[in-house]
Amino acid sequence: MNKSELIETFALQREISHKRAEEVVNMIFNSMSEAMTAGERIEIRGLGSFVVKEYGAYTGRNPKTGEPIEVKPKKLPFFKVGKELKERILDGE
Amino acid sequence: MTKADIVERIHQKIGLSKKESAEMVEQVFGIMKSTLEAGEKIKIAGFGNFVVKQKADRRGRNPQTGDAITISARRILTFKPSQVLKCGINDEEE
Repeated sequence: MNKSELIETFALQREISHKRAEEVVNMIFNSMSEAMTAGERIEIRGLGSFVVKEYGAYTGRNPKTGEPIEVKPKKLPFFKVGKELKERILDGE
Repeated sequence: MTKADIVERIHQKIGLSKKESAEMVEQVFGIMKSTLEAGEKIKIAGFGNFVVKQKADRRGRNPQTGDAITISARRILTFKPSQVLKCGINDEEE
């Protein structure tokens, strides 16, 4: 399922216009992106939480040539699935 | 940030009632959860992909006793952030 399909499913289930559904779905993901960009943690009950982890600079290696490379400090987003959803997904085939 | 903050924002910016905004947020996440539960992945352009992965049986150990045990096959949910989100977080252009 991609974002357009999520919007379409939501519009049909809720019996609202495609435009309205699109606005709401976009606002949900834009709010979440902005929060993470601000380094904020997000907790969505029933789904999971998103945290931004910070990494310092380090000297890595090009795995092909073995040459050392300076890796700059960076931040990466991580998602931890909530307990309820984790269990719901676990048992499927 | 929690669902309440997202609800508040929809209420403020789109002008829907708080009740309606809250129901809609629940519904969107509800659709996502059922989709993932059915084993289907979700791709949100500019945000990231939620993917359900099938893991086979594997041998592991009880970390307390050291006994060999079999970890049963299972499905897990992973999130891969999009390049756009990663760059945004690091204040970089894509």
